[in-house]
Amino acid sequence: MSRRLFNFNGGVKPPYNKEASLGEAIADFFAVAPMPAEFVIPLHQSVGGPPHPLVKAGETVKKGQLIGGPDGNVSSAVHASTSGRVKAVEMRLMPHTSGLSALCVVIEPDGKDEWIDHAPVPWRSMSPGEVRDALRDAGVVGLGGAVFPSHLKVNPGKQGHLDTLVINGAECEPFITCDDMQMRQRPDGIIKGAAILRDLTQAKQVLIGIEDNKPEAVAIMRAAVDRLQAERIEIVAVPTRYPAGGAKQLIRVLTGIEVAHGKRSTDYGVQCFNTGTAHAIHDALELGRPMISRILTVAGNVDRPRNFEVRFGTPMNDVVALCGARPDSDRYIMGGPMMGYRMPAETVPVVKATNCILVGSKAMFPPPPPEMPCIRCGECAKACPSDLAPFELFWFSRAKIFGKAQEYHLFDCIECGCCAYVCPANIPLVDYYRFAKSEIWARENEKSAADTARERYEFRLAREERDKAEKATRLAAKAAETKAKLAEQQAGSDAKKDLIAAAAARVADAENKTNAS
Amino acid sequence: MQANSPFFRRNVSIQGVMLKVLAALLPAIAVYVWFFGTAILIQIALTSIAALAGEALILSLRDKPVAIFLSDGSALVTAWLIALTFPPIAPWWLTVTATLIAIIVVKHLYGGLGQNPFNPAMVAFCLMIVAYPQMMSQWPAVGFTDFAAQVAAIFGERHIDALVMATPLDALRTGLHTPEAHATVAGIFGAGASFGNIGGKGWEWIAGGYLLGGLWLMQQRVISWRQPVAFLGTLMLIAGIASLAAPDRFAGPLFHALTGGAMLGAFFITTDPITGATTPRGKLIFAAGVAALVWIIRTFGAYPDGIAFATLLMNICVPLIDMATQPPVFGHKED
Repeated sequence: MSRRLFNFNGGVKPPYNKEASLGEAIADFFAVAPMPAEFVIPLHQSVGGPPHPLVKAGETVKKGQLIGGPDGNVSSAVHASTSGRVKAVEMRLMPHTSGLSALCVVIEPDGKDEWIDHAPVPWRSMSPGEVRDALRDAGVVGLGGAVFPSHLKVNPGKQGHLDTLVINGAECEPFITCDDMQMRQRPDGIIKGAAILRDLTQAKQVLIGIEDNKPEAVAIMRAAVDRLQAERIEIVAVPTRYPAGGAKQLIRVLTGIEVAHGKRSTDYGVQCFNTGTAHAIHDALELGRPMISRILTVAGNVDRPRNFEVRFGTPMNDVVALCGARPDSDRYIMGGPMMGYRMPAETVPVVKATNCILVGSKAMFPPPPPEMPCIRCGECAKACPSDLAPFELFWFSRAKIFGKAQEYHLFDCIECGCCAYVCPANIPLVDYYRFAKSEIWARENEKSAADTARERYEFRLAREERDKAEKATRLAAKAAETKAKLAEQQAGSDAKKDLIAAAAARVADAENKTNAS
Repeated sequence: MQANSPFFRRNVSIQGVMLKVLAALLPAIAVYVWFFGTAILIQIALTSIAALAGEALILSLRDKPVAIFLSDGSALVTAWLIALTFPPIAPWWLTVTATLIAIIVVKHLYGGLGQNPFNPAMVAFCLMIVAYPQMMSQWPAVGFTDFAAQVAAIFGERHIDALVMATPLDALRTGLHTPEAHATVAGIFGAGASFGNIGGKGWEWIAGGYLLGGLWLMQQRVISWRQPVAFLGTLMLIAGIASLAAPDRFAGPLFHALTGGAMLGAFFITTDPITGATTPRGKLIFAAGVAALVWIIRTFGAYPDGIAFATLLMNICVPLIDMATQPPVFGHKED
């Protein structure tokens, strides 16, 4: 069956380098490696509010136990990756370029790896809201790299049902093969998860998009759909072109719909989940297992690139140690070479967003040649999958003309890196956009902070005014009261005088009478 | 060490782009030498040295890394374009001065590579044709290939009246503009010694060289198809309509396309990314605008060819064209 596919403009074809890590099956990290000395589980692993710690140092926890409670609805729970003792709840270095620390639960494993009691979630008999709560409490977030809380996306939209549910198995980033391997080895869980999502979102059709450089995954997934007799689920091979795995690009390719920045895709009747997320949703609902591990690729400058299933909180260098990092390795990159982040240390923990630990070296990723001026050749515009004019954005960002940058749709930039990849002037274009975006956010924050401050000040002025007025009335009332009292006293004393006078008069009268007698 | 993605990039450089442009000029240069002798090579050498020297000087004055910018090839492209647009037997100081002005004033005083709003080679041409109209219109006759005479014309005493010849555009303009001449296009073509098969003896073959190099640049994706197609299409369309309406007064479309600087303009001037429009529609508008102005200047103006003036006039319009032709962004196409 051939389906009409659509095209997105731009994109690039970088060397994919995927074969190396496809040789070996996914290994359960704990089956092949010693238990790490400690798990450092950051509480804030998803988009949204940081969860609050539910355990204290010294407590014992079981595998799958809730250790971070979601902070409101736009947040997601965090669980213990194994059983053991909570060593500390403290600030630890995060797997992020910034080198910032954040609150982590540090667990010293007891080696028993003992599950907490868990049971399948009877999601079919639950209300949609209850299912969403269950997913939130199971800590299910998008495993494609964006770690957006999944429960917020399990939503049929305004019309009560989705037209198309897109399951993203495109995996367009070079080096990364975790989705490919999961589709090859664990297709049933993905298809079942997709079926659950289909039912939860009332989707008319489910399209699982896979880049056509993964023919094995396509064939295996198709066979699984047939075997499981999954209805309204179709595997679609899409042309291999980075960033075909961007949610917006994949939705465009499969449905022709372009989801604008700032709009919900459900408003267009579509929604998109990563294949790994679909699997995790299946595990959370059908098996009752919270999200405590993920599949990740170790690739790049290592002797044995491969995929592991790794628990969150495992130090990255423990994982890399099994793959044999070459001596000239000088960095870990979380994610792929196009959109990944350089890690501040090799010991940072694996988190929900860690789809790949890419080990780099100077030889593999040579430092870019010196940055030259932009010659407006327009290569970046040709490569931009969002149809932006990257060189104009660069110009405005560099000159800090942020209004213009926004006018030229800075925030539609998905930071895929295509523009910088093709730039003959070696300009780190995406860095300029990140800078401009963060400056704009900072200014907006500043502005809203200033607004808040102004409102506070105005409120204070008003309150002072009010207080003054109240005080004045109070004083006036008091004065009036005092006056009245005084008047009364006055009146009282007058009465006394009268009495005295009367008495005196009486006395005088009596005297007179006496004298008269 | 690089902190942010992407961590690898396609192996392309400004130098690579510029070298391809230079390579694409080689076929036309070879034809040039064949018909008009080695003077053009002397001019290319002169302008190249002047451009590199001027660039090095001003880069060091501006505290810029000299080696990196000198090797980007952009100064050489400007130098070669100046050599190819100036008469090959122009005195050495004329082309050298023009090159220094192009590099120092037009390019670097506006901020250097990538920052100049005007095409440096075209400004140099306009400046010199206004300042030295006579020397800028002394073009060699076909077959005037004597090396010694050419060297003498460039470096020595200029006794070249016997060697120069009016170019076809010149002959046409003079013939049609002289009130008492009552000349017709066909009459001028028949009488003029410089007219070849279509666009002028020798010149039409050089135009073929530019076409060949330009097509290769297109195939290499260094330039877009848009500017050459819009330029040649517009020029030939206007010329075609005019010559159909009044064949005696206006030369035909093929003549216009194959004479003067038309092919050079189509593939190497209007495609300059720095001074041209950048959006897909903008490229079409920009090149079509240059072509329309070229025809107007050639037909009604005071100068025989108009590529340089037309280019500068359209350079001014580039910010406006770009602003007005921004393509719709992903997800905003129905807005």
